[in-house]
Amino acid sequence: MNADATPAVRRTRRRRRSVTQHNAAGWAFTLPMVVLVGLFVAVPVLMALWVSFSDWAGRGSPLAPSVQFVGVRNYDQLLLGGGLATSDLGTSLRNNLWYVIFVVPSQTVISLVLAVMVNRRLMRGKAFFRTAYYFPSVTSSVAITVLWLFLFSATGAINKVLGWVGWHGPNWFQDPSGVMHLLLGKLGVHTPPDALAGHGFLGTSWWQWLAGPSVAMTAFILMAVFTTSGTFMLLFLAALQSISQDIDEAAEVDGASPRQRFRLITVPMLRPTVTTVVTLGLIGCWQVFDQIYTGTQGGPGKTTQTPAYLSYDAAFNNQQWGRGAAVAFVLFAIIVVFTLFQRWLQRERPLPRRLRFYPTGVPR
Amino acid sequence: MNATHVMTRRLGLLAAGFAGLLALAACGSGFSGGGSTSAGGATGGSTAGGGSTAAGGGSLDVLIGSSGDAETNAVDDAVAAWSQQSGTQATVRNASNLVQELSQGFASGQPPDLFYASADQFEGYAANGSLFAYGDQLSAVSDFYPSLVSQFTFDGKLYCAPKDFSTLALIINTDDWTAAGLTDADVPTTWDQLATVAKKLTSNGRVGLAFSGEYARIGAFFAEAGGRMISEDGKTAVVASPENVQALTFVKDQINAGSFAFASAVGAGWGGEAFGTHKSSMTIEGNWIAGAMTHDYPDIKYRVVPLPAGPGGKGTLQFTNCWGIPTDSDQHDAAVSLVEFLTSTEQQLKFAQAFGVMPSVQSAAAGFKEQFPQFAAFVDSAGFAQNVVTAQGSSAVISDFNAQLESLASGDPQAILTSVQTNLQAALDQNRK
Repeated sequence: MNADATPAVRRTRRRRRSVTQHNAAGWAFTLPMVVLVGLFVAVPVLMALWVSFSDWAGRGSPLAPSVQFVGVRNYDQLLLGGGLATSDLGTSLRNNLWYVIFVVPSQTVISLVLAVMVNRRLMRGKAFFRTAYYFPSVTSSVAITVLWLFLFSATGAINKVLGWVGWHGPNWFQDPSGVMHLLLGKLGVHTPPDALAGHGFLGTSWWQWLAGPSVAMTAFILMAVFTTSGTFMLLFLAALQSISQDIDEAAEVDGASPRQRFRLITVPMLRPTVTTVVTLGLIGCWQVFDQIYTGTQGGPGKTTQTPAYLSYDAAFNNQQWGRGAAVAFVLFAIIVVFTLFQRWLQRERPLPRRLRFYPTGVPR
Repeated sequence: MNATHVMTRRLGLLAAGFAGLLALAACGSGFSGGGSTSAGGATGGSTAGGGSTAAGGGSLDVLIGSSGDAETNAVDDAVAAWSQQSGTQATVRNASNLVQELSQGFASGQPPDLFYASADQFEGYAANGSLFAYGDQLSAVSDFYPSLVSQFTFDGKLYCAPKDFSTLALIINTDDWTAAGLTDADVPTTWDQLATVAKKLTSNGRVGLAFSGEYARIGAFFAEAGGRMISEDGKTAVVASPENVQALTFVKDQINAGSFAFASAVGAGWGGEAFGTHKSSMTIEGNWIAGAMTHDYPDIKYRVVPLPAGPGGKGTLQFTNCWGIPTDSDQHDAAVSLVEFLTSTEQQLKFAQAFGVMPSVQSAAAGFKEQFPQFAAFVDSAGFAQNVVTAQGSSAVISDFNAQLESLASGDPQAILTSVQTNLQAALDQNRK
């Protein structure tokens, strides 16, 4: 130690040294994770990003000198090319968008209702129901898909049950007709108006965008709701149990009916969890792949093709590696945009002063 | 100064990351090479017992996409016999997803030394330089069916020896046939006759003819009408030709008349299932149907006849795959010698006996017909069979075509074929760039 250093300088030095030591220790402890994440997440993602801008044909390393940078060619063909690549992307986005529209709200509502039901103090066999509802979530999605293929076959259990109520069920996984088109057909609209048939987006006419999920996709929608509701029920259950019983009792003393207590107390207090569930649901729905890969491989009539499966198909089966990677990054952008939009929609809004005690409006 | 420092450190980290990746990749292939099946281990043992050393300096890694145990064992035995003869060790691995494992091998620069290459993937592999063209080193190229050789020729060079092949033929349920009052004289040789017998066989919930609603079956009608998908020189898409429109219209009309149906429409996954579960009295399939009939539907009696001729004469489709040798393998000589062994007339007849494939060499045709007189129609169809479309980038076009075919009953044949023509031409143009 320096003899001429004042005590204050010494203290600063010591602090500085201890900060450095802390930093070093911190890095040492996080290093294994940093290396793992870098190796298995960051590096592959960056390489995929490079592949989406290159003409890599699948042989040797994508970083080899023979691989050329082709700018935005892959993205251009995909988004503006107007050929099969564009219409395939349009079709898969159409399919997945309808999937999201049906799955996310239903899984959120159903899991919330399930959670409230199994959270009741006076319910018997609580543990049994909690396990039963959670069970589909722990089963592998491949196993459930196989089960679904049997349940929803032309002569499967579902169609037998529908037969009891006199409804001749469709040949689920072979039926490419869109649900919205079927509904319009019931109303007598069979051919599209020219405005819808003649124009479109991403090589897919508006009439096709409005087709709705195909009957085959509907089976997948039911499956997604069936398998994911349990997981999200668990999230809601945890949140419900962190709501103090006192608040509920206080409201009861104030004369609030059970429905009012649910609407005005429980749901607002679950808001952060709802945000989590919807975000996770959105991301999960846009990434749907296993079911498609095991079940239908995109068929019938491409109506269960999703961007994730399209990316795989373009890369592995068509050897269009650049295009496959580009699809993956388009999907990434879509997920980011949807998540941001959803977070903006559910943001905490400051209430005007006069409404502060009546978050849902002044009761009349 | 500080910024450069950080930059260097980051680059270092990145480099370390890549080094790690490469090491992992090496580990991966090393592991899978070692972890071969027990049968593969036995192969190694027998070679060691022979007391010979590997000539090429290492063992040959053979990757196959097997249809089942029968095929895996037959290939295992054949490769073991070759090992004994040549003194080069070789192990056979069965891929669970061949295309995916090959992609991984090519990307890591360590592909298997010999593999099954499907015709679909062949052009892509050849175009990106993955395949070693060894056709000129084979002794008996002229014995292969010429149409199979042309399937695996790219830029004028034969890259890949045809392994075996299949053709489509008409499979008839003989009990239904006699029950409908039909005789040998009624076996259809024209479209009109086909329509007539299909109508006669359609009764109590059973359809006359059912087949998968996809190009790989309906394409046979194109061939019979005298149409093609791509011009002979491989440069122009000729999908929307009057011949093809005529063929597709014929199929559509028969579907709407109720005599034909797609397998999916009768609740079956493919033509063989519709036929085996007795939802149809006839189907259009290749010789792979024999295995399904023996194992899954042993009670159905059937016979195989060539597809009827259309307005353009006789026609059918053929499917094949080949033995690929990668450029990045260092054992080209050993692999070529193994291919010679595996594609020899004698060995191909053994494969035919073991798992029913049709030999790719003409000198084995007579032997195959002797082994399987009931399947003579498949071999006879080789004379007029057309290769399926396998140009690079065409598989997306074909899956789009198949998607459109699913609604053929209410669709417009001309419109469907025109859209496929546009897409196929775009794919062909892109290959030439």
